[in-house]
This record gives sequence, structure tokens and C-alpha cells, in this order.
Amino acid sequence: MITLKDVQFSWSKNHAFKLAVPSFSISKGETVLLLGESGSGKSTLLSLICGTIHPTKGRVIVDGTTLADLSRGAADRFRAESIGIIFQQFNLLPFGSVLDNITLPLHFAPRRRKNCGNAAEEAIALCHALSLPQGVESIRAADLSVGQQQRVAVARALIGGPPILIADEPTSALDETSQSSFLDLLFAQVKEKQTTLLMVSHDPRLAERFDRVATMDQIVQVERS
Amino acid sequence: MTIFRLTLGSLFARKITVFMTILAIALSVMLFSGVEKIRTGAKASFADTISGTNLIVGARSGSVQLLLYSVFRIGNATNNVTWQSYQDIAARSEVDWIVPISLGDSHRNFRVMGTSPDFFKRYKFRKGQSLTFRDGAVMSDLFDTVIGHDVAEALGYKISDPIVVAHGIASFSEHKDQPFAVAGILAKTGTPVDRTVIVSMEAIEAIHVDWKSGAKIPGQSTSVDELRAMEFTPKAVTAALIGVKSPLQTFALQRAINTYDQEPLLAILPGVALQELWSIIGVAETALLAISAMVVVTALIGMMATLFSNLNERRREMAIYRAMGASPLTILGLLVLEAILIAALGACLGLVMLYATLSIGQPIIDSRFGLFLPINAPNLREWTVLIAVVASAAAVSLVPALRAYRMSLADGMMVKT
Repeated sequence: MITLKDVQFSWSKNHAFKLAVPSFSISKGETVLLLGESGSGKSTLLSLICGTIHPTKGRVIVDGTTLADLSRGAADRFRAESIGIIFQQFNLLPFGSVLDNITLPLHFAPRRRKNCGNAAEEAIALCHALSLPQGVESIRAADLSVGQQQRVAVARALIGGPPILIADEPTSALDETSQSSFLDLLFAQVKEKQTTLLMVSHDPRLAERFDRVATMDQIVQVERS
Repeated sequence: MTIFRLTLGSLFARKITVFMTILAIALSVMLFSGVEKIRTGAKASFADTISGTNLIVGARSGSVQLLLYSVFRIGNATNNVTWQSYQDIAARSEVDWIVPISLGDSHRNFRVMGTSPDFFKRYKFRKGQSLTFRDGAVMSDLFDTVIGHDVAEALGYKISDPIVVAHGIASFSEHKDQPFAVAGILAKTGTPVDRTVIVSMEAIEAIHVDWKSGAKIPGQSTSVDELRAMEFTPKAVTAALIGVKSPLQTFALQRAINTYDQEPLLAILPGVALQELWSIIGVAETALLAISAMVVVTALIGMMATLFSNLNERRREMAIYRAMGASPLTILGLLVLEAILIAALGACLGLVMLYATLSIGQPIIDSRFGLFLPINAPNLREWTVLIAVVASAAAVSLVPALRAYRMSLADGMMVKT
């Protein structure tokens, strides 16, 4: 589902930070935990997979498409259609309602929108599946608790059934109990929708839930001059 | 629709700065449209002051000067037209009617005008409207006067109230021995007639019986009754309004008057003189418009500065859009849409504020400056200005929008702080 082959990346020719990924792949429906410390190149790796940056060498292939072959606009559309993203800080639009936030990706992804049928109904169903209280869809994101914001972020990533879900340290702000219930909900949805999951974290205790665990040291070579 | 709603939500989340920007644009639009209203109002007011008069005749000077003192009571005549010349013109075959005007005296800062009763029949304003009386009627006695609407309002005069005319303008010498009585009060016209005290030509002669070379003859005082018994023939007039039998004769009559060999006279076509007046004040008018246009430009630059200063704190918002699949061009479009919304709201608020101010200020401006500003729906020119403001806002917003575009390209879906 995701393949990186002989990938090299640098922000510019003389930039101090250089990243290389000789080989890394994730199969369809697989759940992978990527462990790594801060500064290990996680954000750059995720940006490469999402196609917002392109490798200086090598190829990134996502769902059968080589991202570097796409124009900028096509890469943006491809990301919208294929990848749901959950951020560490949840990154909801605070002024938007829960419904607006969950349905936001559908505006840039016609195929995901088509998959939904009725976007509002799908969003409410996801809220229900993620144990969010009834009527939450009309509440402003800024007025939600941290736990609720996180579930809304999951619903936003899952709506329209993107084949890939990328989660960037989504549990770092949660206590152990909340972490566990959040992951239960996330995995239930991932299993149900057969989604490929790549989660980045620095917490090795999460490993048992995943099909495979990789460390940044194993797959990425970072050079700082 | 959600994007539009989210844009509104984003604007609302920054409501104080956004409101200040909208207010700045509203005030600038109000100023610009206000200047435009005053400009067109003043033009219409001037153009509406005289209607149905083919020629105005006075002593030879400038055509604008003659128009200003004879119709608008602005400035003074350099010389008079002798009664003989006036009669010669009146006797010409082309003349359908002629009304004399004699200016020079005043009453408490309002100009006194001597004329014939024909003035009330022949003087037309605003597309041929005739003068009408709010109270009373035309003068029947030598010392009767008809006053304009503003004179009655400002001085609280009613029918039969006495009026003492001062000799000259802003003079302390008064014709105390010959007080006039208010015989009629005219309805509002929105013209200088509203601010005029009208007496008969004979009355002008009568009150100057005891005067010579602009000063009262010491020891001489003719009583009102004696004056009433006397016959008066004017010696001169300040100007005359003329109607011709056929418009085709206008130019022939004008030429005849301008080449009159008994004294130097000037006959003008009111419309042509007005055009000349516009061309003179056109520079000031353009300068005024340019200043208010600069205020609009300043407000738009202020909006651009606000958008710029908000960019850094909105990087996360833009990164979220990018992560969801929005292209950098969509980010650019969102900022332009935001600017269009701000400018459109500002322009609409400016228009509302202008009309609110107009409805409050209209009677005050009318009574203080004699300028009647009609409250009409915005005309094509005003709509064009509003659309131009919104379009300029969109153009100006491209500067911060392009910066946002570049930032979102560099940031991608992760904000680099």
C-alpha cells in the first residue's frame, strides 16, 4: 500500500538536514507502529508519504501511484482521496462545528464524498461509533474536551473511507486510561473499514496492538552536518 | 458551502480586528459616497435653481459672475442696467416676458430682492415647477414683502410681521422709517429664493428716496404715507430674466443684447453659464474626489496589513486545510474570499451609515447651507464605486494571499515554527 524505495530528501542542496530511506513498505490493511524520538525525521517521512514534499531521489508509491509523477494539484487531490490524517494536536478548526470539521476533507475529495452518500449522516454515525455524545455535531470544536476533540479528529480522518490512515503521535497528550479507550475505538474502526494504519509514536507500550513495529533507526538514516 | 461557513467562522473568531477593518472600509466608503452625493446634490441643486428662463441679462462682466449674483445671490454686480436699456430689451419682438431683479439691500443676512409681480409667475425651478405660497399672497401694498421659506423658518416670521431692510449687505444703516410687512411666505423650493426677501421694484426706489450716493440725506425723512402717494419708476435694475417667444430666437436676442450700443450689457444662457461654472469648480471637485479615493485606498492597505499580520497566527489553520487536501491555490482563494467578504461588508455598512447620516443631516445641511441632498437609491456610479472597492480589495489581498500560498507550500501540513 505504501512503498518508499531508495528515497533521499533534503530541504535544499546545502541544507544541514538530510534524510534517506533505503526501503520501507506497508501492505494493504496492515497496522504499523513507527517508533522514534523527536528529531528523528518522523514529520519529514510523513510529509513524503502524504506527497506535500517530494524526494530528491528515489520513489514514494502510495496505493499504486508514484507521488512524484503527480502535478502539485493532483498530489493534493490524491492525498485528500487516499489518506486520512490524525495529528498530535488534533488540529481541528476551533471556530467550526464538529460536523464542519468532520466533513472538511470531503470538499477536496469527491470520491470520498461519493462513498459517504449523505455526508452529515455518515459524520453523525462516526460520532456515534466513536462514543461521542448525541448532538455533538453542532457544537463548536473549541468547546469540546480534549478527549472529544481527539475522537472528532479520528472521525475526520475516517470519513469517506480513505484506504490509508496516518496518525502522528495521537496519544501523546492522553493519560493511560484515555489512551487505551482511544486506541480501542480507533482499532475497531480500522478493522471494520480495512484501513491501512501507520501510527508514529515514541511509546513502545503501544506495540502489542499493531501487526508490525518499526523504529525510525531501522528505516531512516538521518544526517545532520 | 462549508468552506464559506468556515471562512465566516474564521472571520468571526478574529471579530475585533475584522470589525475594525470593516469599519475603516465603511468609513472610507461613506466618505467617498458622501462626497459624491454632495457633488451630485450640489450640481442638481444649482441646475434646478433656474428653469424656463432663456436668457439672463446684466451689466457686462463675466457670464459666471452674472449667473452667480443674479440667480444664486453669490457676490455682487459690478454695475447696473439702466431702466432705459431694460425697457429697450423688453420692447424687442423676440421677448415673450421679462422680469427685473434689483439687488443690493439685505435683512439680517438674507438678501433683499426687488422685482415685479411677474417674478412669481415666470420664475421656474426644478424642471418647470412654479413658486407656491405656504401662507399669504403676492405683495399688494408698496411696503409688502414676500419671504422665502428659510427666512420665515430662521427668523420665525409669520404674516403681517414687520421687516426692516438694511441698506447694503451686512450694513448697520437701516431703512427704519419704512418698515415692510410680511404679505406672503413661499413654500420650500430648495433654491436661493428660500433665503430671499422679495419686495417690489417700486419699494426699492421708495426706501431710497431719502438716500443719496449710498448714504441717508441728513434731516430728510419722507413718511410712508407720502411715499405711498408717489409714483416710482426704477432708475436701474441689477439683472433681468428673459423668456423668448421661440427658442430659435434665443441666440439672435443674445447677440442683439451683447452688441447693444447704448451701454455694455451681457446676455447669458443659464445652462451654458452653469457648464462654465462646473468647469471652473471641476478641479476642486476632482481634488475632493481624489482625496476621498485616497482614504478608500488607505483603508484597503489597512486591510492588507491586517491580513498580513494574521498570517503567522493562521499558519496552523492553513496547514489543516492543506492536510485535508486543499491545494495552495485554495489557500490563496480563501484569503481572497475573506478580503472580498470584509470589503463587501464594509461597503454595505458604509452605505447604511451614509444613508443614516443623510436622513439625519439632510434638514440641517438644507437649512444651514441651502443644499438639498435628495435621499435616492444608489445610482449606477455609486454601485460602480462599491464594486470597484470590493474588486480592489480582492486585488490588494493577493499580496498576503500569495505569501500564504508560499507559506503553505513550504509548511505543507506541518507548521514549521
